[in-house]
Amino acid sequence: MTRRGSLLGHVLRHAVLLAGLVIMLAPFVWMISTSLKPPNEIFSTKLSLLPTHWAAVENYTKAFTKVPLLRYLLNGVIVTGGIFLLQLLVSLPAAYALAKLRFKGSDILFTMVLIGLMIPAQAPAIPRYVMLYELGLLDSYAALILPFVFSAFGIFLMRQFFRTVPDDLMHAARLDGLGEFEILWRIMLPLAMPAMLAFGVISIVTHWNDFFWPLIVIQTGDLATPPLGTLFFRNEEAGSDFGPLMAGTVVITAPLILLFLAAQRRFIEGVTLSGMKG
Amino acid sequence: MTDVHPADNPSENPGERRAAYALISPAWVAFVVLLAGPSLAVVVLSLTDWQLGAPTMNFIGLGNYEQLFADRVFWKSFTNTFVYCLVVVPGSVFLGLGLALLIEGATFGRAFYRAAYFLPVTSTLIAMAVVWEFLLHPSVGLVNIVLEQVGITGGDWLKNPNRALFTLAGIGIWQSAGLNMVLFMAGLKAIPPDLYEAAEIDGASSVWERFRCVTWPMLGPATLFVTVVSGIRSFQVFDTVEVLTKGGPNKATEVLLYTMYTEAFNFFRTGYGAAITVVFLVVVLALTLLQVKAGEKRTHYG
Repeated sequence: MTRRGSLLGHVLRHAVLLAGLVIMLAPFVWMISTSLKPPNEIFSTKLSLLPTHWAAVENYTKAFTKVPLLRYLLNGVIVTGGIFLLQLLVSLPAAYALAKLRFKGSDILFTMVLIGLMIPAQAPAIPRYVMLYELGLLDSYAALILPFVFSAFGIFLMRQFFRTVPDDLMHAARLDGLGEFEILWRIMLPLAMPAMLAFGVISIVTHWNDFFWPLIVIQTGDLATPPLGTLFFRNEEAGSDFGPLMAGTVVITAPLILLFLAAQRRFIEGVTLSGMKG
Repeated sequence: MTDVHPADNPSENPGERRAAYALISPAWVAFVVLLAGPSLAVVVLSLTDWQLGAPTMNFIGLGNYEQLFADRVFWKSFTNTFVYCLVVVPGSVFLGLGLALLIEGATFGRAFYRAAYFLPVTSTLIAMAVVWEFLLHPSVGLVNIVLEQVGITGGDWLKNPNRALFTLAGIGIWQSAGLNMVLFMAGLKAIPPDLYEAAEIDGASSVWERFRCVTWPMLGPATLFVTVVSGIRSFQVFDTVEVLTKGGPNKATEVLLYTMYTEAFNFFRTGYGAAITVVFLVVVLALTLLQVKAGEKRTHYG
């Protein structure tokens, strides 16, 4: 787009963008504002961003004592970390083989990866649940992590990256007597850091925010991931004690939002990539 | 190691082949056990009367599908899902396009706007749904308080059966517009700047003319692509329904995944739930094929 036009044009453009911004960000602003207010100010119909009497300490203390918020966040870290680590362990070798090695059946495997990209996460849910039920693994970290170990997107993304690495590098390494595992571990892995970060962003955002699967397999409060924990908290409050409830949602949404603000570019790039995938 | 060109003759390098099989085997096993197996099993289960934990399982052919297609609730759910998509897709695509054009054309503050409008995409939707529930509270919610200021009585957004589905669609647009915005930004960057100069020489002087002659036609394939991606995403609506309406009031917000969830995991009618999953999967795969076609077109334009 061209970046010219009249002064009026500029003013109008920013006026529209700022007005839109107020609407888009209102839920976040009001969430924070409410988390600082005492009940009588929350239930008043007067609009004010800052409380007259601060109740931040009460609200946040109540949020942390009523439900194990820190436990939910820790569960989120364990589950997303576990999933991403295992995804890397499975995807990296396969992606390297698909990109750089010739072997019978490689085109079949790649077709499988492409098919895997098309299947929505909810489609295999019932049989996965039955499998975990038969194995006695429902309501455990394993139930939250294991189903997502295979990532078609991870393999696809890493394969595309490995293809851009020049073959000469591998040939030289082979002449030096390095095996394929060593080439992958010592040469490819350090090069692949940026692609792994993009994959990490997508994997972590997806599984931190996932609600469908934890809702199905988790009954115990202690194992709840952040979204499921939010629901437990809401149900506990029966939807009336809004101050602590909003304090809770602030705590639950903060980690990803802070991560996003710290690494916006990588976030937007990563999510754009996964958006391309669907 | 005398052969420096192993790729030239694949069958004659057993070492490389063995290494390759070792490298792919974990992915292969995970694919079969966690994705391919369960996805095929769901089709098989949909042909049985099985209920989780039941000792017997009978093949009943298309019995589940016959029951499904005769069920009023299923059709309600199916229609609701499409209505939801028909609101969210155009809403979030046009909003995303408008934002991308406005922001990319700005002389300053572009990174700020982009990050701010993108915020809802990365925020945990369940937590924000709880916030929306408070914002939409009939008496103390921000939405109705603001409407009151301009003399409008907001009423109940989530318990009014004529309105609830559209309220959820509004939240859907709020959440996904930022994603479509960045997808469009990627499309805009791919338009060669000299096309605008050429158009100007040819007499396209106004902003609208340049948009009509250059931006819109060049963005066509990207628009198709973003539309299909939005369609696939909004067809999977579940989170806001479970938190805010539970499919109610009176099935007004019953959507496909929610019906599947209640049948399969609340009532444990596994076979019946599997049949709903298959219907869901067929629609998503059809949309995905459209996306692949759109993707092919897009690469032609580079």
